[in-house]
Amino acid sequence: MAAAQESATGPQETTSAVPGVRKAVVVGGNRIPFARTGGAYTKSSNQDMLTAALDGLIARFGLQEERIGEIAAGAVLKHSRDFNLTREAVLGSALSAETPAYDLQQACATGLETVLGLANKIKLGQIDSAIAGGVDSASDAPIAVSEGLREILLDLNRAKTTTQKLRILARIRPKDLAPDAPNTGEPRTGLSMGEHQALTTAQWKISREAQDELAYNSHHNLAAAYESGFFDDLITPYRGLGRDSNLRADTTLEKLATLKPVFGRNLGSEATMTAGNSTPLTDGASTVLLASEEWADARGLPKLATVLDGEAAAVDFVHGKDGLLMAPAFAVPRLLARNGLGFEDIDFFEIHEAFAGTVLSTLAAWEDEDFGRTRLGLDGALGKIDRAKLNVNGSSLAAGHPFAATGGRIVASLAKMLHEKGQVGGRPARGLISICAAGGQGVVAIMEAH
Amino acid sequence: MTDKYTQFVSQGLGRDIAKKLGLPQPVALRRHKPGDPLLTGPVLVQGEGIGADELAAALLAWGLDVRRNALPKEKLGAIVLVLDAVEHPDDLGKPVLTAGASLRDLAPNARLVTVSRTASSAATPAVAAARQGVDGLLRSVAKELRAGATANGIVLADGVEPTSPSALGALRFFLSGRSAFVDGQFLTVTSAGGALPDDAEKPLAGKVAVVTGAARGIGAAIARTLYRDGAKLVVVDIPAAGDHLAEIANEVHGTALQLDISRTNAGQRIIEHAMERHGRLDIVIHNAGITRDRLLANMDEGRWNSVMAVNIASQLRINEALLASGRFNEKPRIVSLASTSGIAGNRGQSNYAASKGGVIGMVRATAPLLAAGGGSINAVAPGFIETEMTARIPFATREIARRLNSLQQGGQPGDVAEAIAFLASDAAGGISGQVLRVCGQNLVGA
Repeated sequence: MAAAQESATGPQETTSAVPGVRKAVVVGGNRIPFARTGGAYTKSSNQDMLTAALDGLIARFGLQEERIGEIAAGAVLKHSRDFNLTREAVLGSALSAETPAYDLQQACATGLETVLGLANKIKLGQIDSAIAGGVDSASDAPIAVSEGLREILLDLNRAKTTTQKLRILARIRPKDLAPDAPNTGEPRTGLSMGEHQALTTAQWKISREAQDELAYNSHHNLAAAYESGFFDDLITPYRGLGRDSNLRADTTLEKLATLKPVFGRNLGSEATMTAGNSTPLTDGASTVLLASEEWADARGLPKLATVLDGEAAAVDFVHGKDGLLMAPAFAVPRLLARNGLGFEDIDFFEIHEAFAGTVLSTLAAWEDEDFGRTRLGLDGALGKIDRAKLNVNGSSLAAGHPFAATGGRIVASLAKMLHEKGQVGGRPARGLISICAAGGQGVVAIMEAH
Repeated sequence: MTDKYTQFVSQGLGRDIAKKLGLPQPVALRRHKPGDPLLTGPVLVQGEGIGADELAAALLAWGLDVRRNALPKEKLGAIVLVLDAVEHPDDLGKPVLTAGASLRDLAPNARLVTVSRTASSAATPAVAAARQGVDGLLRSVAKELRAGATANGIVLADGVEPTSPSALGALRFFLSGRSAFVDGQFLTVTSAGGALPDDAEKPLAGKVAVVTGAARGIGAAIARTLYRDGAKLVVVDIPAAGDHLAEIANEVHGTALQLDISRTNAGQRIIEHAMERHGRLDIVIHNAGITRDRLLANMDEGRWNSVMAVNIASQLRINEALLASGRFNEKPRIVSLASTSGIAGNRGQSNYAASKGGVIGMVRATAPLLAAGGGSINAVAPGFIETEMTARIPFATREIARRLNSLQQGGQPGDVAEAIAFLASDAAGGISGQVLRVCGQNLVGA
């Protein structure tokens, strides 16, 4: 990326990190309110929710019968029948049936990665418009048959004679009939995501109070954003739900302090992670409309923000070198360096709250001299962010986190915040998005007010 | 889309039973569908003078089968009774009785339309008596007509010719299936302004229209009707109704604006949205409204204030923003939803009726403010309309309410929408500051 580095001339730089390409702008977004699992969307499939989110976006921007350049979305928990989930949602929507679509899956980074991939296609001139999105249902999750039963059923399918079939069926044992439900456990460690984060939270010595405070802020910031009408053009109600059902506008630090720890109870150190400072399983869907400036102008559509650049990273959590959800700690400094930016050039930090401990561990790593020197190859600590700029309209702890839908939620909200902020000291307002993901991955991005 | 009773008495055994017992016999009304002929039979033009001759010529130019004298036993689609030249009550007898002799020949769902002049500015008591006489005449005939036939009147202000654009526009509206549930009403043509559309099926082509409260019921019907008539739609409703709003927006190929119209910047938001997305703003339909019914003795501040805030204060504020914007000055049209409650009152609705009475006052006072740019503002006052809201009225009360009009049935949301679409069109540009009731000539508040 030598050329790209050369183009990064300093904090005033406002064009794409890749020279000679056009801008990809965020026109706007739409999501359905996020619902705690087993709640309002219990009977809704991923396809239902993604279609609803798409139809709300189409209505907001008058895209009926429009042929969009390309649509990408995905789900983390996905039925095998949904092999063409996004295309099926498009066919059920008010868009032109001639709109192509593809599915993408990168755990919790799915939504942000669809934005980055499609934005790149727009920047390169391959398409003029795109819709990025994501959806997840923990309520309507796929349940697989056990591995033993699956092998037997496949053998049965290959059998030719009745005798063969009976012989194969006789192999079924009661234990084979137990269904194989999805979980958030890491295949290589067997630990759940929460237990992994508990290790990291303890490693970075993040206090219970600090985690509860982050959760408290998330709820109060999100509630205030709703009250101010911030979400009036970002959300379309669905199935009787008008707001995220996980939101507790009246929660207090005292109330959060009463919750019992649920993760890290066997670590020897004090367990600090509760249901209050961890995100619950959630159902929901989000979409983001991306376009070239020309395409948006031709339709009188807003240009809220540009997608400046993105970066992915991964860590070796399997051998314990880094925590499972710490990849953004590495992706962010690489992305900032490539664009010649520092924390002081960022006006909004959108750090996905998988767990309060994840956000705080990441911030602690960035503030740590040793981590900066030994792991990031810097002269010292990467830096300290202004906490007044962190998740100012709430994040996943309050809104919930339907895995693949979180990226779209953040991109659309941040684009609106940047647009409202406009210019800061003669340069466009900037926002940083950081999303951690299963498998030790992370995807981060920078956006700028248009 | 007729209620079950109407279906039952419309044919066979049900019809015979209703006839024998003297029960109400509502019929399925003739409602406009694109491509339908204006009338189902010939139109008889009655009256003496230039006005009658000119109107007969205009109807002929629309391709109608026009009669100046009734033919024996011929079923008529409509009678147009032109009385613009009457100068004494004695002048009414001949044309009215001649028309009366043809009433038995009216086909089902036929139309009677009178054309007369406003009595308030008459030069002499005799002229005023003759002109005002038309009022009582028309309202009585409307109650005598059967089988879905309606009678409505066009009143010409001073200096407005019977063939002025909006007189013809109103005549076409009253003759058509668009006025199915308008009965026993007068519409005053206030000026010679307005223009007839190039394409009668797309009178709103090229116009950008905003409809508030569009997520469901009458608002959704208004959006659909304006879309059918060629308008580009911005549909507005509170964020909580956003899912239904999105459905309507996608159905009418418009844009959805989730907005609480009682917010102080609502007018600005509406103007910005229309200008940015669609480049213009021609029509605003103030449909959003709420009810918070209580007897006045039990009324609390919350109920009173919320109804006033949404139903009238928001409209006043949005209109002020529209007028001040400089973006709403090219033949702008505003149509506001009033209610028969606001005219006749309704037990338990003192707040709602005050707000709807307020709408009528606002419309009358705003008309002069819009006149300079060729603009107009009018109100439509629905009577009993079959909506989700009226479906919740207890059965017996509902059944009585829906039969208490000359058409003996409730109206459809689309009937209100048709009246609004007409008043929002350039054909109605010469009609301003008026209230048109869509109530089937409801006995209440007539």
